[in-house]
Amino acid sequence: MIYLTLFLTFLKIGAISFGGGYGMISIIRESVLSNGWMTEPELLNFIAVAESTPGPIAINMATFIGSSQGGIFGAFLATLGVVLPSFLVIWLIAAVAKNLLKLAGVQAALDGIRPCIVGMILATAATMLLTALLGLKTVNSAFAFDGKSALILALLCVVSFAFQKWKKRSISPILLILFSGVLGVILFR
Amino acid sequence: MRRMLDLFLTMLKIGLFTFGGGFAMIALLEGELIGKKGWITNEEFIDMVVIAESTPGPIAINAATYVGYRLGKLPGALLATLGICIPSFVIIYIISLFFNAFLAIAWVAAAFRGIQICVILLILSAGFKMLKKMRKTAFSITILVLTFLAMLVFGLFAVSFSSIFSFS
Repeated sequence: MIYLTLFLTFLKIGAISFGGGYGMISIIRESVLSNGWMTEPELLNFIAVAESTPGPIAINMATFIGSSQGGIFGAFLATLGVVLPSFLVIWLIAAVAKNLLKLAGVQAALDGIRPCIVGMILATAATMLLTALLGLKTVNSAFAFDGKSALILALLCVVSFAFQKWKKRSISPILLILFSGVLGVILFR
Repeated sequence: MRRMLDLFLTMLKIGLFTFGGGFAMIALLEGELIGKKGWITNEEFIDMVVIAESTPGPIAINAATYVGYRLGKLPGALLATLGICIPSFVIIYIISLFFNAFLAIAWVAAAFRGIQICVILLILSAGFKMLKKMRKTAFSITILVLTFLAMLVFGLFAVSFSSIFSFS
């Protein structure tokens, strides 16, 4: 039953992910790959779309994955699933437990959760990088170094570093995505 | 009633015009809710951001639900959350209908091979930004390193595992 699976998967993602859209990527990646809903390149394509369209990244991803697996009803259920835990938790806090976050136990738990999220995001990015640059799809597969992808990565790093030095602020993700798209057309066409 | 409609439309606008997720949205919310509308005070806004960041789920949804509740109890929370979700939902649903056909064009597929690298870089820099903001103690660094190593090792195994399943 794809509808139930979509709803429950995104309910879980909404309930256990901290730190906003990028904090969710580790859990979304794990769910999407293990259910066979998308491949890693497909997921990366879509994160680019979610980043370049307005709205919260988490909602964009839920809607897209839901729609690709179960049409409009799937999109609706996945989005509902990802929103519901937030809504209930915040409602609870705003209505009855305004001081919940000031409790020592809650703060201690968050002190443990935050570094865990940062570790998860960094590990996810590192895994994706290894897969993209070395074609390292499984532990025992052969290395196949992808020079063009490495060149793109190097150029993107140079450009965002130069932009930071020159403009004193980070480059907008959309600008960087557009630039990488142009590089992709030049190198992979 | 007018205020409820105003709340809904404001959230709809924020959902339609923010790019890049929660943190970008917080800047816009600040401008709208404190500056233009004067609906909540600065202190209350800071409280709200802390709550939105410390609870599970998308930051934008957390913030919208909280503001909605402060302004109009449960109906306000529902309207605000609905408002912030609708633009995303509609835009992405339409894109999802055409995305595969779009990717079938050769130069688009080539562009996306470059974009995939860029997305990895964006995720990596989001991770580093959070690392910079994190309070660094022996405890937090230990948790970070252990999580990182466990995820990396199991991540590579998990991919091999799921690819075995897809072949069988």
